[in-house]
Amino acid sequence: MTTLTKEAGAPTPAGAGPLLSVRDLHVSFKTEDGIVRAVDGLSFDLERGRTLGIVGESGSGKSVTNLTILGLHNPMFTTVEGEILLDGRELTTARESELEKLRGNKVAMIFQDPLTALSPYYTVGRQIAEPYMKHNGASKKEAWQRAVEMLGKVGIPNPVERAKDYPHQFSGGMRQRAMIAMALVCDPDLLIADEPTTALDVTVQAQILDLLKDLQQEFGSGIIFITHDLGVIADMADDIMVMYAGGAVERGTTGEVLRAPRHPYTWGLLNSMPRLDSDLGAPLSPIPGSPPSLLTPPSGCRFHPRCTFQDRVEGTGRCVRERPLLAPDRASACHLTADQKRTIFIEEIKPRLG
Amino acid sequence: MTEDIVLPASREKNAGVDGEPLLQVSKLTKHFPVKGGFPIRRTIGAVQAVDGIDITVHAGESFGLVGESGCGKSTTGRLITRLLQPTTGTISYRGQDISHANRKQLAPIRSEIQMIFQDPYSSLNPRQTVGKIISGPMEINDINPEGGREKRVRELLEIVGLNPEHYNRFPHEFSGGQRQRIGVARALALEPKLIVADEPVSALDVSIQAQVVNLLQKVQKELGIAFLFIAHDLAVVRHFSQRVAVMYLGKIIEVGDRDSIYTRPRHPYTHALLSAVPEVNLTDEDSAGARERIRLAGDVPSPISPPSGCRFRTRCWKAQDKCAAQEPPLIQISGNRADHLTACHFPEEPTIEGRDEDIVLDPALAALEEGQAE
Repeated sequence: MTTLTKEAGAPTPAGAGPLLSVRDLHVSFKTEDGIVRAVDGLSFDLERGRTLGIVGESGSGKSVTNLTILGLHNPMFTTVEGEILLDGRELTTARESELEKLRGNKVAMIFQDPLTALSPYYTVGRQIAEPYMKHNGASKKEAWQRAVEMLGKVGIPNPVERAKDYPHQFSGGMRQRAMIAMALVCDPDLLIADEPTTALDVTVQAQILDLLKDLQQEFGSGIIFITHDLGVIADMADDIMVMYAGGAVERGTTGEVLRAPRHPYTWGLLNSMPRLDSDLGAPLSPIPGSPPSLLTPPSGCRFHPRCTFQDRVEGTGRCVRERPLLAPDRASACHLTADQKRTIFIEEIKPRLG
Repeated sequence: MTEDIVLPASREKNAGVDGEPLLQVSKLTKHFPVKGGFPIRRTIGAVQAVDGIDITVHAGESFGLVGESGCGKSTTGRLITRLLQPTTGTISYRGQDISHANRKQLAPIRSEIQMIFQDPYSSLNPRQTVGKIISGPMEINDINPEGGREKRVRELLEIVGLNPEHYNRFPHEFSGGQRQRIGVARALALEPKLIVADEPVSALDVSIQAQVVNLLQKVQKELGIAFLFIAHDLAVVRHFSQRVAVMYLGKIIEVGDRDSIYTRPRHPYTHALLSAVPEVNLTDEDSAGARERIRLAGDVPSPISPPSGCRFRTRCWKAQDKCAAQEPPLIQISGNRADHLTACHFPEEPTIEGRDEDIVLDPALAALEEGQAE
């Protein structure tokens, strides 16, 4: 059963405020081993036409957050608390029939693996036409024409003929293009892209990323872009949210987070990633340890068992006792003072980035 | 995980005369038959996974092999470890031709060429303890190190940064990064001279990748083991390998020392590959245009019927009639440094600086960008 703590708020007029607003979201799953707190107190906003990049490792809660927005979690084992407001409309309490009207229409999703996300039984054209028929009441013929038009737009050569093909007849890059066409067919306000290029080759990835960027300019959708690759995020996002063990640890514009990061985890990510122009003499500087289990998350700051800066925080054991909060806007969830963060980054982290 | 692991003194420096290659591969091909037809299934074609490649790996050197999926890099690794039988061509290990050696002839060589696999979840037997997994190779080769196998396994666990007390644990008790360390320990158990590492870090999380790359690098340097490092991540390969070969559709299209490939590439595909890597720009100023931007059209063609002549020509912006008619040889073209070989009729300038105009071959991208420019 889904337990809900908050009543649906009074709907605000559409157009005012952010497109999507997530407030203090908690998602937990019941498993045989205990309760997994996959998302633990997450808040963020997304404006129309902007791209929010969510970076994090596996198990950081980035995918769960977005499945919850779409209501795709299994209500039998999932507890959702908090608010998700899309255009002022509360989604956590929304009925399944309401969500059905949103999915594929106002909110669309691009999945990581296009081969498993597309149905092998139906032609690509039919799969793209279906949401258009359902949500816009278009006739079969109109919807098919729209599907062909969309396929052409995402760069499938000879779309009239290729719309009649089945997914297995498409190559990996073309399938992902078909997924993008399907997601954009109803001109959604919000597009969630969950690692859309991770399964693709680097030259195809570059095409798909550029295509998404160009299409966003045309369609004006807000995009949530989930990835573990900082390079991809730097290329795609306007704003970045870094997630670790179910919560956001740092947030800001892309420039702010990548050029002047303030959280030890973000420093660790930047440092551990080899780049095409990094110094070859020195070994990489990995983050020690491994991500925590969400069955028994660490007390206080979730990152403290792997953090090498906790002894600089004033007040012994503060990182172990007290969970640092993430303020709105540009912020990082860490007990270090703003001055310390700035000096540590400039003096110790930046030189190693080369 | 501790990063300051003390490695035991290296065994005798790599036998073999200096300069003599440890591994020499020439004209290696591997074609997988494609069956079809009804009612009698016949061979109707072949996937030309690897089609005539030459590789030389010297003792103690790390050689990188990069390319996109389906270019034949993993098949090459499996051919070299002789997990697959080559169709034609020769693989010689320390002067001995092993390309068609039988099981018995291979046995002594198998212990010197080891492999590290991509997926640490499927490459370890879930029903065996870590001790059993790592001592397995010693058992098979009937090697009894001084002080017993268990002592050696504990030593190996320490080398790869695991707790020797984990000897009796099972793989499922470890995280992905730790499992990959077990895989490394197993590969080191027989003191190999060459390790073929097939995408050893691509299944791991970003923060764990660096740990394993550092471990491999330490092993490579301190134990003097030669590596054939197969990966699709260009930055990781650059970090790990002294020499790099770029593969496309079963062929090596460019090979050279790291510096030549990454800063002075000549083949258009190498240019496209490097320009496609998404990079974090850490400098304060907006330096768009500092790197070249090349967006190829479409995907890699099928290796069942690869294009004639140069295999890259169908996606190349410089392709001319000559490229279809004549396959470019892998040679040192003028302007290349020694040992930097390129297979191209119309090579690019040796620079990765931005060009005056981006090369956008993708029709959808070009159309959208033109629409926005207006």
